[in-house]
Amino acid sequence: MTTLKILKYVLYDVLRSKMIIIYTLLLFAISFGIIYTGKDVSKAVISLLNIVLLVVPLVSIIFGTIHFYNSKEFMEMLLAMPVKRKNIFWAEYAGLSAALAAGFVLGTGLPLLLYGGAKGSFYLLLSGVFLTFIFTALAFLASVINKDKAKGIGISLVVWFYMSVIFDALVLVLYFVFSSYPLEKATIIVSALNPVDLARILILLKLDVSALMGYTGATLQQFFGSAFGILFSMGFLFLWVLMPTLLALSVFNRKNF
Amino acid sequence: MNKIKYILIILAITALNSFGKEIIVNPGESIKSAVQLSVKGDRVIVKEGLYKEAEILIDKPIELIGEGYPTIDGFSKGEIIIIRSDSVTVKGFYVNNSGFSGMRDYAAIRIEDSKHCNILSNKLINNYFGIYLAGCDSCNVMYNEAASNAVTESSSGNGIHLWKCSYILVKNNTLTGHRDGIYFEFATFSRAENNSSFNNVRYGLHFMFSHNDEYVNNVFANNGAGVAVMYTKNVKMYNNRFEFNNGANSYGLLLKEITDSYIENNNFTGNTVGIYSEGGTRLLIAGNEFNSNGYALKMLGNCTDDTVRGNNFSSNTFDVTTNSSRNSNLFMGNYWDKYKGYDLDKNGTGDVPYRPVSLFSKIVEETPEAVFLLRSFVADLLDMAERVVPVFTPESLIDETPKMNRVIN
Amino acid sequence: MIKIENLKKKFDKNEALKGVSLTLGEGTVAAVMGPNGSGKTTMLKCILGLVKADSGSIYVNDCHVNGECEYRKHIGYMPQYSCFPENLKVKEVMAMIKDIRGNNCTYDEELLEKLKIAEMNDKQIGQLSGGMKQRVSSAAAFLFGGDIIILDEPTAGLDPVSSEIVKNKILAEKAKGKLIIITSHIVSEVEAMADRIIYMLEGKIYFDSTKDELYSTTGKGNLNQAIASLIETAESEGKN
Repeated sequence: MTTLKILKYVLYDVLRSKMIIIYTLLLFAISFGIIYTGKDVSKAVISLLNIVLLVVPLVSIIFGTIHFYNSKEFMEMLLAMPVKRKNIFWAEYAGLSAALAAGFVLGTGLPLLLYGGAKGSFYLLLSGVFLTFIFTALAFLASVINKDKAKGIGISLVVWFYMSVIFDALVLVLYFVFSSYPLEKATIIVSALNPVDLARILILLKLDVSALMGYTGATLQQFFGSAFGILFSMGFLFLWVLMPTLLALSVFNRKNF
Repeated sequence: MNKIKYILIILAITALNSFGKEIIVNPGESIKSAVQLSVKGDRVIVKEGLYKEAEILIDKPIELIGEGYPTIDGFSKGEIIIIRSDSVTVKGFYVNNSGFSGMRDYAAIRIEDSKHCNILSNKLINNYFGIYLAGCDSCNVMYNEAASNAVTESSSGNGIHLWKCSYILVKNNTLTGHRDGIYFEFATFSRAENNSSFNNVRYGLHFMFSHNDEYVNNVFANNGAGVAVMYTKNVKMYNNRFEFNNGANSYGLLLKEITDSYIENNNFTGNTVGIYSEGGTRLLIAGNEFNSNGYALKMLGNCTDDTVRGNNFSSNTFDVTTNSSRNSNLFMGNYWDKYKGYDLDKNGTGDVPYRPVSLFSKIVEETPEAVFLLRSFVADLLDMAERVVPVFTPESLIDETPKMNRVIN
Repeated sequence: MIKIENLKKKFDKNEALKGVSLTLGEGTVAAVMGPNGSGKTTMLKCILGLVKADSGSIYVNDCHVNGECEYRKHIGYMPQYSCFPENLKVKEVMAMIKDIRGNNCTYDEELLEKLKIAEMNDKQIGQLSGGMKQRVSSAAAFLFGGDIIILDEPTAGLDPVSSEIVKNKILAEKAKGKLIIITSHIVSEVEAMADRIIYMLEGKIYFDSTKDELYSTTGKGNLNQAIASLIETAESEGKN
């Protein structure tokens, strides 16, 4: 209950912030542009996929970090009231990620909806929402373990870059190095280690199912070809929301303000 | 004048006589004995009802006609109708439940060494083989529906099976739930037209060593492995639809050792591989639509002198892949939706060439698990770099005249 | 009302509190003074539960401070810097505090009126000047009538009129029997309001006495001189 009371005011604050409004409008403009200038709506979804996988995590983690540091005094003020720390944490986290997710769904979903919804739209939006919640959680984690704002933002940027680029490059290198070994199971395990990859797979399972079905190995075939892949991705995405959040909360509970 | 009238009347009467009489079979009576009683040119008319009979042998040129779709139920005992005579017509029956055997290819309707037979408008339910033609010539198989419930390849037969035949017309049939919907082996100068073959365990259409055939306006959808065309010369495949044939070893169209053939104006949608070509020589692949396939066109290195012209490639995961670093085929005037070039002189043809083979598809070719990185930022980056400076993809596999807009066929 | 026993806190290598013990009763205005880094903010934050002490214990109204939050319903707090979310309106801030504190608390309309909060009601916090923010912040501290009020530099940034209002409010609350803890650098202000001076130095309470005691032991007539003389004595003793 207390969480909801605070959440209400966190939402009032965040939804009025210029950043969120600009983010929503920008996403809307880009999505609208891609969908309406393109010849083919399924191609538009693919272009949007790249935005979802790069921009959503970046904005979520940077804005999340900045927001956390800017709210520090407010949190102190709340902490001096008869309110449990975890209530404050959940309110801040839920408020911010819900606002960012709403901005994303509105900005990207509305143009898709106006177009009549292309194949993969639902999973595109779902992945974006998951990534928003995950990267906001990572932002809170980076902020809560660091007193220094600049350092916190730096760590956030590194985390984003690692998840979006470095990780996949490393995986590719591993494929080359171990190309003579069976890598089926390793591939599935590795995919669980990066939420951006999980989100990408979730969309691909709808968008590129034909190509994914072409794989001859039984494990990956099963993974790509059935509801198993979707369940797996969603399950691990959910874990990716939960783990950093709980970790950040436990640090938050012990933190000296 | 009167004389001529009389002659005409007499001629007409004798003609009627020679075209035979009608024999009516009612429920409870035997079709088999009616057929035995009939003579050349008779018409055996079977009234609506259930007939539990098998091994009905037709060895003289008669018409066997069902009225109101009577059902001949073979009760899983061997074959149901066997034709060993020219000029036989079988029309308008439900022919159900042939025998299943690992030793013999039991069929609902079998035609052996005959000419000018017509198998028309029958419904063949739950048979091992549907219509089996062996050593036939100039027969028509039209408007039939064959539906079975095949589960595995080894325990099922084909919908329409041709073996050592020529000049057969297979038209407007619907085939589903068999091993292969339509199977041609050593069938030449034949034509498959307007057939619909879907949900078969193996191939929608399968043919081997069947030269000089034509396949027009057929639909092949959701079959276990698509359509396979093997070891054949001079085939024409026009206006067919190859749809949603998905799976690890599944193709819209599988070509193996095909020469001097034409694949034009077909539509390949949602297949794991649109066309897979192994040893295709002097093929013309033109005016086809490749839409939403995993791989639109997989051409192995032993494909030579093929021409890929005026096709539309859109929303495919990969457009063209090959296992070779050389290319001896010609790509020209296709529309590629991934093409990012420009057209300054506004002639509809892009001013920079297009390379349809992406580096990432090469990587996937070598390390299939890498498909996991599909559409990742890193994969896109690699493709971009390779497009600018091609190192790993075949240099001559290039469309010098890519179209700016969809080709209208 | 507040009892602190041997409170210790270390931040990395920096010992912020080196064993502080203190008892504060009702009807008092206690001024915590001392240079920057002397540990006064850390001590106040320990009372509020913002900083978790390494050892020692704190009792607020006989309630042991150990991570539970209920005791804080007795405490009103005004931080040194204004701290409300930028995009909230003033009336939303007030409503929020009411929401969180619960509806059963008394609502000090008189103070709101005096500090002219109503005329800012529809403005967002981000649009307010520093002084206006402090007015909101101090109103928030007194709003619900808790019996312990902690004010960190309460009059810094306030205009003279508001500053007077707050000072009067402090004295009035004291008269009602509340405990008010303030930190301040403005000695005259402390002199005017406080009846107990707690001076902290390097994580310890350097001296703790009533204003009257201070005057009589040092023989000085005003607070400034009294504190200065105490520190001088300490330093000369240190040299010897």
